[in-house]
Amino acid sequence: MSASVLFDTPGPKARRNIILINILGAVVIVAVLWWTISGLAAKGQMAPGKWDDFLEANTWVDYLLPGLANTLKAAALAIVGSVVFGLIFGIGRLSKNKLINVFCSIIVEFFRSVPVLLMIVFFNIFFSRNLQISSDSAMWAVVAALVFYNGSVVAELIRSGVRNLPKGQREAGTAIGLTTGQCLRAVEIPQALVAMLPALISQFVVILKDSALGYIISFNELLFYGRTYSSPNGNVLQALIVVAAVFIIINFALSKLATIVSRRLSSRGETKTKPGARALVGAPAGLDDVEPGGGAGGRNQNR
Amino acid sequence: MRKTHYAMAAMAAAAALTLTACGGGSGDDGGGGGDGDKVKIGIKFDQPGLGFKDGDDYKGFDVDVAKYVANELGYDEGDIDFVSAPSANRETMLQNNQVDMIVATYSITDDREKVVDFAGPYFIAGQDLLVKKDSGITSPEDLNGKNLCSVTGSTSARKVKDKYAKKVNLQELPGYAECVTQMEGGTIDAVTTDDIILAGLAAQPAYQGKFELVGKPFSEEIYGIGLPKGSDQCEDINKAIAKMIDSGDWKKSLDANTEGTGYEPNAKVNPPTPDHCS
Amino acid sequence: MDTFISIFTEFDVAGALWVNIKLTFFAAIGATVLGTILAMMRISPVASFAAIGTSYVNIIRNTPLTIIILFGVLALNGQLGLDLGGGFQQNFFRLAVMGLAIYHAAFVCESIRSGVNTVPQGQAEAARAIGLAFMPAARMIILPQAFRGAIVPLGNVLIALIKNSTVAAVGSVSVEASATMGNALDARGDIVLPIFLAFAAGFVIIVIPVGLLTTWLSKKLAVSQ
Repeated sequence: MSASVLFDTPGPKARRNIILINILGAVVIVAVLWWTISGLAAKGQMAPGKWDDFLEANTWVDYLLPGLANTLKAAALAIVGSVVFGLIFGIGRLSKNKLINVFCSIIVEFFRSVPVLLMIVFFNIFFSRNLQISSDSAMWAVVAALVFYNGSVVAELIRSGVRNLPKGQREAGTAIGLTTGQCLRAVEIPQALVAMLPALISQFVVILKDSALGYIISFNELLFYGRTYSSPNGNVLQALIVVAAVFIIINFALSKLATIVSRRLSSRGETKTKPGARALVGAPAGLDDVEPGGGAGGRNQNR
Repeated sequence: MRKTHYAMAAMAAAAALTLTACGGGSGDDGGGGGDGDKVKIGIKFDQPGLGFKDGDDYKGFDVDVAKYVANELGYDEGDIDFVSAPSANRETMLQNNQVDMIVATYSITDDREKVVDFAGPYFIAGQDLLVKKDSGITSPEDLNGKNLCSVTGSTSARKVKDKYAKKVNLQELPGYAECVTQMEGGTIDAVTTDDIILAGLAAQPAYQGKFELVGKPFSEEIYGIGLPKGSDQCEDINKAIAKMIDSGDWKKSLDANTEGTGYEPNAKVNPPTPDHCS
Repeated sequence: MDTFISIFTEFDVAGALWVNIKLTFFAAIGATVLGTILAMMRISPVASFAAIGTSYVNIIRNTPLTIIILFGVLALNGQLGLDLGGGFQQNFFRLAVMGLAIYHAAFVCESIRSGVNTVPQGQAEAARAIGLAFMPAARMIILPQAFRGAIVPLGNVLIALIKNSTVAAVGSVSVEASATMGNALDARGDIVLPIFLAFAAGFVIIVIPVGLLTTWLSKKLAVSQ
């Protein structure tokens, strides 16, 4: 890490200071935690009766797990849809045909610029009223919004993934007689897909987090069930914390997985990353690995 | 600029159409209700006191009415399939014959009657206020300078502001449960929506004895049982509702689901005469 | 075209978007300050600071923004009585800004850190070799390069923030774009697509220039290596 070189090896005085600052830091953390917890306790929110529901099997079997199942279902549909959407429009943007290229560019740029929540609210009404989809229209609204947004991000990943491949790949393809399209399909896209695997996993985290927006339109996902469960029990707050913890654990595991996959891939050979990207490997924000500082490709990843 | 708009409209429409194809397909999964041995009834799953899914069990006044009516129509309790009917989807669910009836705080309105039929009414609700016990708030006019909570996009809170208390502060949250939590914490003075919904929430064990209804409803919401257009069951359902009211089961269920809140339905209009068939 | 005009006269599209811009503006300031502090903590040699920074980023980045904003309203305001002043409505606005700032600070922190990571180690070594102390080395050699490397990720965070400002709707900021659009869709069920496109176009108009500016800046300042 280049960070370490910023600092000298601490001498005795600096070490003493560091210990002092460490203690100070610990005190600040404890103080903030204490303020929050004692404040909640003063309002009766730390009472065991408000929390022990979450230790009961029924709470999980009847509410949180079905909610989580719906969250994961929507997220899985969305990631599959995003890859399909991303492949179509990513390849479209690489097309030599000007019309296809411009059309795909407009679609991708549009959906990357529109807030996911705006799309969710719109699709919810559009699906249930105008298209008369009655079962699970809320879920389809969430899935559609997530596919359009994340699909556009994936399209950009594919585009930049192909662009970042060494020129020799295409040249070799052409040399053995493949047309541009064949070369793209048989040689370049597969490699780009493998290279973007970590980014795709990171995108799954984004999708999972955004699926919680479905709560606003009563899509019965994890947050919604947490709230439903807590409404007759008077522990909305506790439900929020438990639901947040579930999200954090799943997403943290996914982020770790993305890092591991990214390490595996970068150890496979030099083909995947541009020179100069070296310093970034290990930076946890997944998408940066794919497109370090190049154009608008990695944009909008931080939802 | 103009061109861009059309282009955007076109592509959004195209994209939406693609999606319908898959959305519609799965939409049929739950369909096909009707003349079989089972009856599909749409209720709310997240409205404590009215329609609430508690594990495998369903509880609330709407659920009791649904069960009674289904029973009178010749279905056993085991033959009832309860289906979640969110407000935005109720008409569509009936139009697609996805449910046989909907009992989900469903007000009879002219707009809705254009697309679905209603039996009932089985209850006349009214917009009211839920406040902390001994808050001193006795009418919507008292809310000037106070904080009022309702759900995002609901018209009921704005009605209070426009008609009764110009200086009321409005908070809009995604659900009534959140509003009640806020009131428990002390930042909110009142929650507004249909009285029975408020009573159902206040009757939950966690809130027992903390809140009360003001008891001066300032609107009439006529709850009916939604049916697909052209249904022939309306008369039978109305007879069932009348029987439920006469037998005392109606009152018993209402009391059980609003227990401890001191809630009394507006006696001028309740119990209603179920004579509405459209 | 008449339909489009009627949308703008009937609903306050511009006013709603302006609320989102205000949310973004204040949250961006908060997120930049907090994110820079966090980044400094994460790369500092003080173990407790690094631990705070790392846990903050890992927790916040993996939590849905919806929950963070709800938590601000329901827990900090509703239960702990946190009042950020300015009156009833303004308080919710400020709480939403706080939630947005807290969430995006984690991403600002990571952007700055990745910016620092783009600076090759040799730069710092060379600075030391010519006798620069820590502060001058950081000020003259490391940070200017790190800032350039951080432009694109920071621009991305800003774009994400603009769009995420719509989530303030769950925190009782009901005048912003997504809630306003929801009301408009409810009121005019006959023209849902034009209404959506009107609001969406607003965001496109705000977001695209930010993206272009970021790309232009990063190209202009690019360090050839």
